Amino acid sequence: MSASLTAILRRDLALAYRQRSELMQPMMFFILVISLFPLGIGPNPEILQKVGPGVIWVAAILSSLLGMERLFKDDYNDGSLEQVMLSSTPLPMVVLVKVFAHWLTSIVPLLLLSPLLALFLNLTQEMYWALLLTLLLGTPLLSLVGAIAVGLTLSLNRGGVLLALLLLPVFIPLLIFATAAVEAASLQLPYNAQLAIIGAMLLISLAMAPFAIAYALRVSQN
Amino acid sequence: MWKWLHPYAKTQNAYQLCERLLPWFVTSALISFVIGIVWGLAFAPADYQQGDSFRIIYIHVPSAILSMGAYSAMAIAAFVGLVWQVRTAFMAMVALAPIGAVVTFIALFTGAAWGKPMWGTWWVWDARLTSELILLFLYLGVISLYASFEDKHQAGKAAGVMAIVGVVNLPIIHFSVEWWNTLHQGASITKFDKPSVAPDMLWPLLISILGLALVMAAIFIRRLQNEIVRRELNRPWVQELVSAAKEK
Repeated sequence: MSASLTAILRRDLALAYRQRSELMQPMMFFILVISLFPLGIGPNPEILQKVGPGVIWVAAILSSLLGMERLFKDDYNDGSLEQVMLSSTPLPMVVLVKVFAHWLTSIVPLLLLSPLLALFLNLTQEMYWALLLTLLLGTPLLSLVGAIAVGLTLSLNRGGVLLALLLLPVFIPLLIFATAAVEAASLQLPYNAQLAIIGAMLLISLAMAPFAIAYALRVSQN
Repeated sequence: MWKWLHPYAKTQNAYQLCERLLPWFVTSALISFVIGIVWGLAFAPADYQQGDSFRIIYIHVPSAILSMGAYSAMAIAAFVGLVWQVRTAFMAMVALAPIGAVVTFIALFTGAAWGKPMWGTWWVWDARLTSELILLFLYLGVISLYASFEDKHQAGKAAGVMAIVGVVNLPIIHFSVEWWNTLHQGASITKFDKPSVAPDMLWPLLISILGLALVMAAIFIRRLQNEIVRRELNRPWVQELVSAAKEK
């Protein structure tokens, strides 16, 4: 079982590496959206610092949504997803590996970009560390929960907008806790509680989402 | 109980049960809704602080409570459908979703209309308002996911998964926005303590809640029948039904 799982992981990573330009697009989108905000609300550094964490988080959610559609689409179109389903490897495990590979290739680059964006929006050092920690704990949650909706909309041709419609309301608690953590950090207050809640949500979704994603894929494959 | 419930998994039996239940629900809904609303709007005493404008409570509170009730009913139907593979349960879920969405909208609308004279603003980003708004989005998500599939059986399963994801998320949303920002008053009738509403205001309120619940149930029964007929159009019993209706 673990041999086939590593094979899937290596295959997904190799595929992502060979489609580098496609991986770049959500990152470009992430930077562009964030650089629109200073233009839209004015370059005042205090205001930027106040809205910064929220802006970065909203942009991260939106750009992760952009890349998420690719998660199962190619495998679904060329039929390899069906083969994986028929194989003896448990589908929830496969799905978990695929989500991990996707997170590694399309979300981690966003995290690596975050220091630059923190500079753009004039975040203090404490705020930046809190932001990075919430992103580290929160983005796997985005991928796991998002993959459920990706699985459900897989067989639809135009799933993109629908995906956003289904997922954005579900991501609201994460957004609230993450920005609350950064705000606490900006006031030099402890923010372990918010991090703990995000961690708890991540663990719950880690335990339940793979099964929901597997079921969603079976529904799409009919 | 299973022996008793099981026959209604068949659409024909469910349809006939609906047909038998509908008149009871319609009459009781009309009676209780009219009593509750007329009593509340015309005869209940005016509030000493808010005057007559508090009377919108007789629409606002029932719709707010039942918007969540309808969502849980929808999620339970989805769960039954997914676990026991009951097709009728998916039809029930689909029949419920638009009713719930409309009631959620009514709760938001009356809340805004009440907020304007009381808080001086149509909308604030308060916990309850926000979670009600998110509830509306969740309903719309389920409805639009269902609508975008050609194959309605697949659509039912997909929308069912989404409804359950929503229901897992609802308490998290509720508490997250609660800690985030609160202006709305706390619960006054659902707390375990003695209710903090005067009895001659409380009674019409309870009757309006019951009335709206029955109205929604009656609409639901009719919608479920429509859904069954639409989905089973090629079955002989539906064909008979249609030709019988044509002769009339």
